Amino acid sequence: MSQDFEPQILAFCCKYCAYAAADLAGSMRLNYPPNIKVIQVPCTGRVDIIFLLRAIEEGADGVYVAGCLEGECHFVGGNLRARKRVNYVKKTLAELGIEPERVEMFNLSSAMGPRFAEIAIEMTDRIKKLGPTPVCRLAG
Amino acid sequence: MTLAEKRKLGSVLVVGAGVAGIQASLDMANSGFYVHLVDRSPSVGGIMAQLDKTFPTNDCAMCVISPFLVEVGRHLNIHVIPCSELERLDGEKGDFKATIVNHPRYIDTEKCTGCGQCRQVCPVVAINEFNCGLDLRKATYIPYPQAVPLAYAIDRNACIGCGMCEKVCLAGAVTYDDKTKITELEVGSVILAPGGEMYDPKEADSWSYSHPNVVTSLEFERILSASGPYRGHLMRPYDREEPEKIAWLQCVGSRDINRAKNSHCSSVCCMYAIKQTMIAKEHSAHELDTAIFYMDMRTYGKDFDKYYSRAKEERGVRFIRSRVHSIEPVENGNLRLRYVKESGESVEEIFNMVVLSVGFKPSSGVETIAKKLGLTLNEQHFFRTGDIRPVATSRDGVYVCGVSHGPKDIPQSVMEASAAASVATSDLSSARWSATRTPQLPPETDFSKMVPRIGVFVCNCGINIGGVADVPAIREYAKTLPHVVHVEDNLFTCSQDTQERMKQVIREKNINRVVVASCSPRTHEPLFQETIREAGLNKYLFEMANIRDQNTWVHKNNPDLATAKAKDLVRMAVAKAEYIEPLHQVKLDVKPAVLIVGGGVAGMEAALGAAEQGFQAYLVEKTDTLGGMAHQLRKTWQGEDIPAYLERLIKDVTNHSKIQIFLNTKPVHFTGTIGSFTTTLNDIHTGNPNGIIEHGAAILATGGREYRPEGYQYGNRPDVMTHLDLDQAMKDTPATVMNADTIVFIQCVGSRNSDRPYCSRVCCTHTLKNAIELKKIKPGMNIFVMYRDVRSYGFRESLYQEARALGVHFIRFDPENPPQMNIAENNILTITVTDHILQRPIVISPDLVVLAAAVLPNENKELFELFKVPVNAEGFLVEAHAKLRPVDFGSEGLFLAGLAHYPKSIDESIAQARAAVSRAVTIVSKDGIMVGGVVAAVNPDRCAVCCTCVRACPYGIPFIGNEGHAVIQQAECHGCGVCVSECPGKAITLQHFTDQQLIAKTRALFYQPAMNE
Repeated sequence: MSQDFEPQILAFCCKYCAYAAADLAGSMRLNYPPNIKVIQVPCTGRVDIIFLLRAIEEGADGVYVAGCLEGECHFVGGNLRARKRVNYVKKTLAELGIEPERVEMFNLSSAMGPRFAEIAIEMTDRIKKLGPTPVCRLAG
Repeated sequence: MTLAEKRKLGSVLVVGAGVAGIQASLDMANSGFYVHLVDRSPSVGGIMAQLDKTFPTNDCAMCVISPFLVEVGRHLNIHVIPCSELERLDGEKGDFKATIVNHPRYIDTEKCTGCGQCRQVCPVVAINEFNCGLDLRKATYIPYPQAVPLAYAIDRNACIGCGMCEKVCLAGAVTYDDKTKITELEVGSVILAPGGEMYDPKEADSWSYSHPNVVTSLEFERILSASGPYRGHLMRPYDREEPEKIAWLQCVGSRDINRAKNSHCSSVCCMYAIKQTMIAKEHSAHELDTAIFYMDMRTYGKDFDKYYSRAKEERGVRFIRSRVHSIEPVENGNLRLRYVKESGESVEEIFNMVVLSVGFKPSSGVETIAKKLGLTLNEQHFFRTGDIRPVATSRDGVYVCGVSHGPKDIPQSVMEASAAASVATSDLSSARWSATRTPQLPPETDFSKMVPRIGVFVCNCGINIGGVADVPAIREYAKTLPHVVHVEDNLFTCSQDTQERMKQVIREKNINRVVVASCSPRTHEPLFQETIREAGLNKYLFEMANIRDQNTWVHKNNPDLATAKAKDLVRMAVAKAEYIEPLHQVKLDVKPAVLIVGGGVAGMEAALGAAEQGFQAYLVEKTDTLGGMAHQLRKTWQGEDIPAYLERLIKDVTNHSKIQIFLNTKPVHFTGTIGSFTTTLNDIHTGNPNGIIEHGAAILATGGREYRPEGYQYGNRPDVMTHLDLDQAMKDTPATVMNADTIVFIQCVGSRNSDRPYCSRVCCTHTLKNAIELKKIKPGMNIFVMYRDVRSYGFRESLYQEARALGVHFIRFDPENPPQMNIAENNILTITVTDHILQRPIVISPDLVVLAAAVLPNENKELFELFKVPVNAEGFLVEAHAKLRPVDFGSEGLFLAGLAHYPKSIDESIAQARAAVSRAVTIVSKDGIMVGGVVAAVNPDRCAVCCTCVRACPYGIPFIGNEGHAVIQQAECHGCGVCVSECPGKAITLQHFTDQQLIAKTRALFYQPAMNE
């Protein structure tokens, strides 16, 4: 595995919590690896299985979904559905021979800026250890 | 000149921008009044912004309050005036002149972009008040990252005047020569919400507060907070070690007339201490031992007792009923606590840290304002208010809410804030919408047939972005992206001159999609959306790339990668922008009427409130009389006459031209959406229709009743009665009561048990009030109160003190060992109870036994199903949010008040009813409601009628319509998108977050279209 492998990691973040926590990590001037790119969603309940699979198919080395703490979803239980879908995608990937650890679900509140940074570090480390995605890039 | 001829102003003043002031402002601004919101501090938010979590749901405080902060900051009809105080108030109700002192901030909020460069260079540090002095901030500071207005301030007490901030401020916002200014405002009424402060334990030396490991509860809140001084790591200040054993001491500065000279109960400390033990345990890597030392556990609110038992039984929190008499520092920063157990045994225990559960005192502003405005304070130096007019001060036209007139929790403050908003504007209804502003907008241009023409604006944010990432490189890169026809970079994209320029460029270059690469959409998207709308673009034709908060601020040490990431984010934003579409909101007509179900005090107050606001009220009652439970009450806890009040209220309601009363009636059919409901009413006896009414909002105030006790020979003997029976007897046959020489009150009959695991809230006060009255009439009477915890919260504590002073005996019992009643052969009744101090059973032969029976909600299963409103396990209605939406239902346009929500005293019911009016008026005062935008839309052709959406929706909005496919009403959809992701037929799209848009954004991360195509 190449030492200078810089993974591309996509994070679907709920605007009420994880996205706000990411902003807070900024206000607090925390440091985390630039490998994380965030897409804002109104609720992690909006994160379709297809989004996660498409991200992997397009060449993401890792994808994660970050929603509100369990029991605190702004829309009652969207984050619980997101967790189920993430688990489903993990299973599917395992069947395809792709490491399920490339996909993950996290829960945090909007006040948890440091936790957002921790997750970013944790995911980047994890994906670096796994190496580049085994999915062959389609000819673009 | 009579009052009717006098000028009525359509603007109002709110003093204090904590959660109460914010709620009052939003309600009034959303119902047609222009609000001036004044606060002493540089930003809004108050104490709630400092909290880590809130009980009893453990919700993150900042998460729930920040949308309210943003709304206040952005509201066209709320004028936030920070760093200012009310100096004087002339004139009278309806037409006041308020003089405001604006203290210098030394930074122009109009120019400041919140970039924070000034803070970075400021060489001076000062104590950070927001973190309770646990860390430091710069002299140039913003109280907290989510602050509104998002502008810095200079603390001139700490500032050395070096001029560094002025030099680096590229926005030119620093104004060292800022002076105190005086402004005058014309307002129709005034709401005071200056809030409270926490008791300072320095005022007494008995808590060893000078020791670093003895902290106040607010300091501990900051310690727990992820954005606090220790970033959420549970550490003690002395050595930053993780504590293994923490003690909480209750009633520090409350219920203490010796050390603190505060006799009141602070109402919130029991609950926040329990919360802190639970959160601390969650934060601790190892098993954390937590102990709460208390006198009475006052968990009297909705779901509070369940929270208490969870802490005790599931989380192993130790609850020790004892007042700690000394805290002594010992080696290693630890503290030795000496206390006496109830059994009399003296105990010593070492803790690593001690939290003082400090109580509320009125904010220092309360006394000043009272002096300046000539308002009356109570003995505890809070604003004085009565029970029947719970938010009115002693001056006409001046109202109050929140902690400034009594300690209370967040939902109670929010409820009162809405109540104050409703009462403060009811006389001003003729001036509604007269002082408000509406935006003048050009028509939207139709781009439906045009290819995307995207304009990209890259912000340098002073040097916040440009000082790390290579902005010119990002700008040049953006030019290579598909459909991009214009790119520029700005020093500050959000500055006023750039907004003007953006509008000009949009028009000149026929731009039909705008991408801004700058800070966070959370703070700035509404601003840019407003700008493009002013240029004739639909506000949804906008997308943002967050290249500051989520890029240059966190990748400072890696400029190259930050530049590369910024390019990725811009590319992703442009890719989504290609597919974004204009969304049109639809205006739905509003029926200017309110339906109120339930003709008790809450229902009548709600009907009267709505009518006073100028709207038609329909009051529906199932019995043949108005008044409900209140007919059985005599006096409020402060001694106000309930029958006289009730008589007046019934008369007012009956005579009001805008109130139509339906007795013996129940709603049988209910349809419609927010702003436009239709309800069919039937006669309850004949089943014949009484009418079909149209209304914009509905308030359910279906009331409650007293539990009929099983056991204690209730119903079998005339000398065993409930509270309401006692009140009735005192009214009708006082001799039967006054002849008694010994009376026993038994508390918690039917409450706080496994059937009803809640506290009925009103019974302790009711018992105290009656015991005092009896003792006053007949001092020789022996009165015994058998209780589990005396829950005389707030100023009601004075009743407890008075009762003890009058010689009422209080005997505590454990739930496992309740008082036993025995009837001897000679029909003599005795009560046996184990006294907690004597530790042995004592036998009393009372002449009268009074049972403090539980408060139950009225059973209305059919009605609640008709309105599709939820009830909890105990049958009480469930509000939309336990903290910030205490009178709203989750379904829009429906509200609740009174005992149907939870047991409460009459003053609290009145406040909640008036609050429900305020919330309803935010709907019915509008001529139309705009619906749509980011909501789900069904494609009927793809719908297989599988009902997945019906089951998935957390709000029960989708239904299968007559056309044979799922229907999601735009007006009702909350826009979460859960149904969209669950729909197996892909028949539903969430507008603005469509599959196509989000997949395009995802795909763009991995492709370089400009290079490839």
